[in-house]
Amino acid sequence: MTRELICIGCPMGCELTAEVEDGKVISVTGNTCGVGKKYAETEITAPVRTVTSTVMSDKGKPVPVKSAGAVPKDKIFDVMKDIKSAVVTLPVKIGDVAVTDAAGTGVDIIVTKESF
Amino acid sequence: MAEKTALAIIGGGPAGLAAAAAAYDCGITDITIFERDNELGGILNQCIHNGFGLHTFGEELTGPEYAARFIEKVKERGICCETGSMVLSISPDREITVVSKAKGLRVIQADAVILAMGCRERPRGALNIPGFRPQGIYTAGTAQKLVNCEGFLPGKEVVILGSGDIGLIMARRMTLEGAHVKAVAELMPYSGGLKRNIVQCLDDYKIPLLLSHTVVDIKGKRKLEGVTIAEVDATSTPIPGTEQYYECDTLLLSCGLIPENELTLTAGIKINGMTNGPEVDDRLTTSAEGIFACGNVLHVHDLVDFVSEEAGRAGRNAARFISGEGAKEHEPDIHRVIAGNGVRYTVPCTVDTANTDEELHIRFRVRNVYKGCTITVSTGDGVIVSKKKRITVPSEMEDVIIKPDKLGAITGDITVSIEEGRV
Repeated sequence: MTRELICIGCPMGCELTAEVEDGKVISVTGNTCGVGKKYAETEITAPVRTVTSTVMSDKGKPVPVKSAGAVPKDKIFDVMKDIKSAVVTLPVKIGDVAVTDAAGTGVDIIVTKESF
Repeated sequence: MAEKTALAIIGGGPAGLAAAAAAYDCGITDITIFERDNELGGILNQCIHNGFGLHTFGEELTGPEYAARFIEKVKERGICCETGSMVLSISPDREITVVSKAKGLRVIQADAVILAMGCRERPRGALNIPGFRPQGIYTAGTAQKLVNCEGFLPGKEVVILGSGDIGLIMARRMTLEGAHVKAVAELMPYSGGLKRNIVQCLDDYKIPLLLSHTVVDIKGKRKLEGVTIAEVDATSTPIPGTEQYYECDTLLLSCGLIPENELTLTAGIKINGMTNGPEVDDRLTTSAEGIFACGNVLHVHDLVDFVSEEAGRAGRNAARFISGEGAKEHEPDIHRVIAGNGVRYTVPCTVDTANTDEELHIRFRVRNVYKGCTITVSTGDGVIVSKKKRITVPSEMEDVIIKPDKLGAITGDITVSIEEGRV
């Protein structure tokens, strides 16, 4: 079986063709770099995404955050639930942890903007 | 007597910050950045998604993180930043009128000026959508600011017109915040945004992208009740019988960006009708001596990394101008840059090959989607650069670089064109 994908690794958006057998990726073509190959492999077996959002602060001002690493795609809305129920106390700086182990993914949610 | 500064930079977004740091590193320390917002960083502050900085830093950053890297550079160098300061006009001889709460109205004489004011969104008034004007219609960027900076969700049932990157990003953002995005309608037969954003912002959330579709009616007198979307033909005319009604309380517009050049006009600077930005030469100098331009005020970019790179060049060129190194040592040898087959515009418009030692960047956008094409740069004596591309699309800016050793060989006009089959 072949699967057509568009790499989201960078803005180039390479059009990838992956050969899949028994749920395993046999080969990837169309990629310009190693990121494309890796993307196709994870996208087909266990797709992941970086989540970005905002966490409310004690002063009523939203603070931008991101997941410190990629989380499973089917956990995105669970991660969002944790992000929405969290409140951070200002001041915060880039890298501060806003949510530990979001939705049991093992990935922390960290602040991306110094706020006070 | 007027206050003085060696280099005045108008705008403290990604372009202004990178230009300031680069000029400082070329020995100009008397720099003032004027920013009308209360903080530096410009539009990056509301672009909380990731995907910035792959070219510049080799890693994927969010907008605020990318801005912080450059704000840090500016602060480390002790560059003066006047936030909350609005520039009202610039004279052709670089006299700047600026107003702020803290210092009132002032006139400042600058040796050189860098225009880095960025761009703004095309509003509903410029789109000719028929129907009422109820509450609930926002540009995508306004909605982005409301959600990300104010913590306020503008609506629950959403339709987006235009598939520019901000619209795609907002489709995902509103979905994550609990809104239901019903569709993204795009007038053109291709998307206006990056391919990766179609995948990770629309496909991931099963939001339909309706190509060759537009909004033909808006219903709701006080509050938006719904929109009618119809398919369009090759001439962008709605096809009767294809209308479909979408109930919604929010319509987001992501229909293009316009460089913000009111200040540029006050200095009498010549504007390029294709980019809506100033006409510049290879040093990014506008038609007014000592006034440079970079970033989205010059032409709309899709990647901030390209803005930072371009702004760095503007900063270095402004520094050279101030220190007198910019004086034309040789008799100028000016060549026009022509947008040839398949090319909508080029930046710069002219190149002085006798007085340049940096590599030459020619940035441009193509008119259409071209597959398996070749970008060629030719002059009187034939092709000097030829670059094969698997695909070029209007939404993604192209950049060709001409090495300094090739510039001497240029005779006559420089023409950038696309060869090969259109799809």
